[in-house]
Amino acid sequence: MIYLTRRVEFSASHYYHNPEFSAEENRRIFGKCNNPHGHGHNYILEVTVKGEIDSRSGFVIDLKQLKEIMNREVVDALDHRHLNKEVPEFARQIPTSENIAIAIWKRLTPKLKLAQLHRVRLYETADLFVDFYGEA
Amino acid sequence: MKAHLTRRYRFSASHRLHNQSMSPEENLATYGKCNNPYGHGHNYIVEVTVSGHVDSSTGMVCNLVDLDGFVKEQIVDRYDHTNLNMMDEFQKLVPTTENLCVEIFDRLQKSFRPAKVERVRIEETMMNSFEYAGGRELAH
Repeated sequence: MIYLTRRVEFSASHYYHNPEFSAEENRRIFGKCNNPHGHGHNYILEVTVKGEIDSRSGFVIDLKQLKEIMNREVVDALDHRHLNKEVPEFARQIPTSENIAIAIWKRLTPKLKLAQLHRVRLYETADLFVDFYGEA
Repeated sequence: MKAHLTRRYRFSASHRLHNQSMSPEENLATYGKCNNPYGHGHNYIVEVTVSGHVDSSTGMVCNLVDLDGFVKEQIVDRYDHTNLNMMDEFQKLVPTTENLCVEIFDRLQKSFRPAKVERVRIEETMMNSFEYAGGRELAH
């Protein structure tokens, strides 16, 4: 088994708000992130896949294919978007880094054929990141 | 769905690596420059990883305000701009970054309740780092 990781960057805006909470509760739980006008991050996404090395190509995955899948499924969908308003997963779900990482996993995993998705790591800032391993 | 969340914190402290049960020669042979009697310092970076189920109403493993407040009070304020050798926990324990890593993990795991403390990783310099997961193998 060998692991391969590819990084991409995307920039997006979001805010945290649960319509089932009162205005005060939203402010108390989400703090600055509850600003209704939103705020943004330069997200860095690391996608790690695992598999056996193909004896003919020497690849665990064709990096060009992985790059295309990541660009199509993630960057094109999320880059320079307002996550709450423009990305269907977040119409009813708060776009925290936890939920974004899970959404990215769900977008990528059916598209990967040879290698298996191992980890989605999403940096919201250099000092904060979330890892999702597909655990229920 | 279970996710892992990692946050990085910083503090600066000095230490001296010296074991009183070793001879001066043995200390010097074991710890080299780190045995300098006047000590030296580092800008430590502490990465704390917690895990848990993502709460469906907040979208969070745990509220960062809780984690930040806890780590600031229990770790950063405790160690920042101190001499580690003066701390109670290092009176009988050499303040290597291995021992510091275990100490910080145990301190967090003992009383942080909102999520499970999975791992503590400390960068002593850009060139070396230490990780401890409560004696478990690193999960991933």
